[in-house]
This record gives sequence, C-alpha cells and structure tokens, in this order.
Amino acid sequence: MCSTRALYEEVILDHNKKPRNFYKMEHPDHTIEGFNPLCGDHFTIYMKMNKDIIEEVSFDGAGCAISKSSASVMTTLLKGKRVKEAEKLFEHFHRMITSNPDEPIDESKLGKLMVFSGVREFPVRIKCATLAWHAMMSGLEGHEDRPVTTE
Amino acid sequence: MAVSIKENRMAALTMSDYDIERIRKDFPILNLEQSGHRLVYLDNAATSQTPQAVIDALVHYYTHENANVHRGVHFLSQRATNRYEEARSKIAHFLNTPVGCQLIFTRGTTDAINLVAASYGERHVQEGDEIIISYMEHHSNIVPWQMLCERKNAHLKVIPINDAGELIMEDYARMISPRVKLVAINHVSNALGTINPVEDIIQMAHEHGVPVLVDGAQAVPHMPINLKKLDCDFYVFSGHKVYGPTGIGCLYGNAKFLNDMPPYQGGGDMIMSVTFEKTTYNSLPYKFEAGTPNIADAIALGAAIDYLTPIGMDRIAAHEHQLLQYGTEALQSIKGIRLIGTAKNKAGVLSFTMEHAHPHDIGQLLDEKGIAIRAGHHCAQPVMQRFNVPATARASLGMYNTRDEIDMLIEALHHVNKVFS
Repeated sequence: MCSTRALYEEVILDHNKKPRNFYKMEHPDHTIEGFNPLCGDHFTIYMKMNKDIIEEVSFDGAGCAISKSSASVMTTLLKGKRVKEAEKLFEHFHRMITSNPDEPIDESKLGKLMVFSGVREFPVRIKCATLAWHAMMSGLEGHEDRPVTTE
Repeated sequence: MAVSIKENRMAALTMSDYDIERIRKDFPILNLEQSGHRLVYLDNAATSQTPQAVIDALVHYYTHENANVHRGVHFLSQRATNRYEEARSKIAHFLNTPVGCQLIFTRGTTDAINLVAASYGERHVQEGDEIIISYMEHHSNIVPWQMLCERKNAHLKVIPINDAGELIMEDYARMISPRVKLVAINHVSNALGTINPVEDIIQMAHEHGVPVLVDGAQAVPHMPINLKKLDCDFYVFSGHKVYGPTGIGCLYGNAKFLNDMPPYQGGGDMIMSVTFEKTTYNSLPYKFEAGTPNIADAIALGAAIDYLTPIGMDRIAAHEHQLLQYGTEALQSIKGIRLIGTAKNKAGVLSFTMEHAHPHDIGQLLDEKGIAIRAGHHCAQPVMQRFNVPATARASLGMYNTRDEIDMLIEALHHVNKVFS
C-alpha cells in the first residue's frame, strides 16, 4: 500500500506553507485562471514576457497542498525559460505524472519536479498537480478569455 | 425528531438499550482493513453500508425468486411479484403512509425529484410561476427545478440561510404567494446537518394552497418519519443511504396529485392497454413505473427496513445524537477548526474546515489511517458559496459508529495539524 508520506514530500509541504512567487503581478502580459470546480482549487497565473522568454511568473489563489505547491514549484522553474522550453518541461511533467507508478522515470528531464512522482499513486490528485501547468500553457497559447479546468 | 425529540424520551433511550457491538457485527464491511487500520467509516451521508440481512436478501432473490413482475402465470413470477409488492408495503408502513399505491419505486432521490419536476411541472407550472427551494439544497433538488423553470419561463426563488445554517423563516413567509406552484425543501441538509422545520414549512405553504416536496434523503436514515403527520405532498429518499442497496429509492406522492400528473416515462407495466390510436395508462403506482423495475433492490430495501424496525429509528436517532454532541465538542477543541453548520436542530453531520489544511489534504491523510470522510462541496455548491469556503471536510455518522471512532478521527486531525502547520 502506498503511503501518503510519499505524496506529501517535505518539499511539497514547504511550498504549500511558503509558496514562492505568490503575488498578483502588476501589468502582466498573460493572466489566466485555473479552476477545479469539484475541489474548489482556484488559481490565477501571471506572466510577463520578453519576446519568447518568460521574464517573470507569479500566481495567487487557493487550493489543496498539491495544487498550490505544484503552482509554486512551477513558477520557480519557468522564470527565464523560453516558451519552447516551458512546453517541453510540461510535456515531461505530464508524461511522468500520468504514467503507471511502477514505470521508470527519466529523472534528468524532471529535476525538482520529481517530488511530485508520488502523485502517480493517487490518480484523483493528478488534476491538482497539473492545474497550474494547464493554466500556464493555456496562457502561452493566448486563451486568456477561457478559464482552464482539469476536471 | 433528533434534538427536538421529546427530551425525556431521548433520556429514556440510554446507550444500554442500544447494542452497538451486535449492530457492528451485522455489517461485514466494517471489518475491512486499510493500510493496517480497521475501516472507520464516517461517510454515511454519501452512502451507508449494508447489513448482512440486505446482502442475503439480494442473494436469496437471485437464487430463489428471480422473475419478471406483474406478468406471466408461472409460480416464479408470482413469487417475485409478491415479494416486490411486500417491499412496497413495508416501506409504506415504515414511513407511516398506509396507502401503498402512493409509493412509487424510483432509482433514488434524484430520479424521484426529476419525476416530479417533469410530470407535476409539466401539468402545473406556467410562465411567470414560481418554485421555492432553499440555499442549502443538494444539487439534485436545485437543477431539476432550474431546468423546469427554464423550460416554462418560471422563476426559482431561494430561501436564504443564516450563519448557523438555518433557514430564515421570516423570508420564507414573505416568499409564499399564489404565484408559487411548489416548495421543494430538504428535511436534513447533507452539507450542514441542519434539520429543517418541515412541519412549519408545509403548514405555511398549505395555508396558501401550495404543495410541498420534501427531500428526505438525509432524514429517513436518521429519524422516525411519519408522513401522515407531516402531511407533505411529495416525499423522496434513496435506499443506499438507509442501509439498503444502490439504484433504488422512493417517491411518496399524494394521490390527489399523482392521479392528475402525466406519466414520466412510457413503456411496459405503466399501461392498461395499447393500440396505435390510443394508450390508456395503468393505475397508481404503476403509471410511474415504466419498464421492468429494479425488483431485487426493492426487495433488498424492504430487507433493510426489516432490519431497522426492531432496532428502532428513535434509538438510532438517540445514538447518533449522542455521538454528534460528543464529536462536536471534541472537534471544537482542535486548533484552527471551523465548523460549518451549527444549527440548533442538527443530525449527524460534522462539516468543517481547518486553518492550514485544505479539505482534500485532510481527507487524504485520514485515509491513510483508514478513516473515510468526504472532502469537497458535497453537491451543494451554493452552501459553500454562502459560507465562503471552496470545500469542507465532512464526517457523517451512521447507526454503527462509536465514540472510539470519533476519538480516532480527532487524533488523526491533530496529526493533520502537525503535518500542515
């Protein structure tokens, strides 16, 4: 039986308690809402761009420990990344988190995101872990008028 | 009943009258272990567990009684029909409504409400009319009325609630008018545990000639129901919340309305005769039971009623009330807990939030200890909006829960506080 200790890694608890880049950005280039009506997780992601480089990224809102820490870790990883790199990172993250718990993980591609590998054991929480990422992607694609939901 | 039950009667029903150990033995699932912990099942408002007697009734039906009802001359069909109709009578008796033909089997509460919304709504609701519901309804007692109002260009009116989670009856009194065609209200709130003053609600509506539907999904498992005394026009509930199987429920309706209402669905069993020119409908209750009914689960629901009757719904209510009081006090001793739903008259629901932990994280950590609670909006999003919370954690009590289990819940919540703060 999988333990929730694997889910609530120290890093996750720390980001939940002290979320990084947790503020409403003044004059962002992208503002996009991510909303899970079923859990009530609700975040807004803000991004400032310099051509195709994400110069600044922040978020605010409320949600469970998994969704909040995932948003927080995401912001720390995306700053300074090119759009293509951000897309690639999401692709690796998404593949890992939706894979079978016994599948091997290419840690070199995921780095810090490895702390979320425990989520694989708890399929209902995948939507929590990916909410901010889906919102970010939608922002980069220019769909700011459409709030994102991972239900 | 519950808190408002005659206090002296409650006092007379001491715990010694209630053999909790014997009752627990009747529910095999309570022996399940999860992560090395015995199951502590505190999600009874979502669904209740089934006693062996109900499981046996299902097995017995498929082993000895299975046939289609109301047709066929063979002995098995007659046997199945008798058992199906016996179940109807038992349930009618249990709710103290002597006329079985007013009791219609449905798939559950949602199905029953949709039946009334479609059929009664079709006949009686016109443009500009009003339907009254309350702020604390389950989505199943909101959306069917919303859909009806959209179809008919009618208006949905919502009785507000106070900070304790009680209906504001003064507002309700002002809302009743000749434009209102139905009041649809829950007996007990699934998200808050509030027991609503349905007797007053019905009486006030009737003074204006307005019929009332009571959603009893959270009431039937927790208190004696007396439909004769209640005098409502429709009463609905689900089998799976009252220790019966899923997929079966009931609609009680006053024959005065049922006779006049068009059928909900067409098909076999609901007809008297069919030609391509004209079909005449069957009498009550069959007019509203199109197609082969859920025979096995209806019989098993009858078995659940047989199981509950000798124990006594008043005893179950008293037991749960004591647990609720015990749990409420214990919860309030935990740092950062906010109870959502603090009505004076309350059934066994403990809905709460914690300062540092989201309900889903609470539910997840409790699950590791084998404690099953619900986390979310409980299909009552307007309640969440009213209390300005995205979700709550909810421990809901059943007849087999114990003080020890409440203690385990409390200990686990202390652990949650430790992890997240």
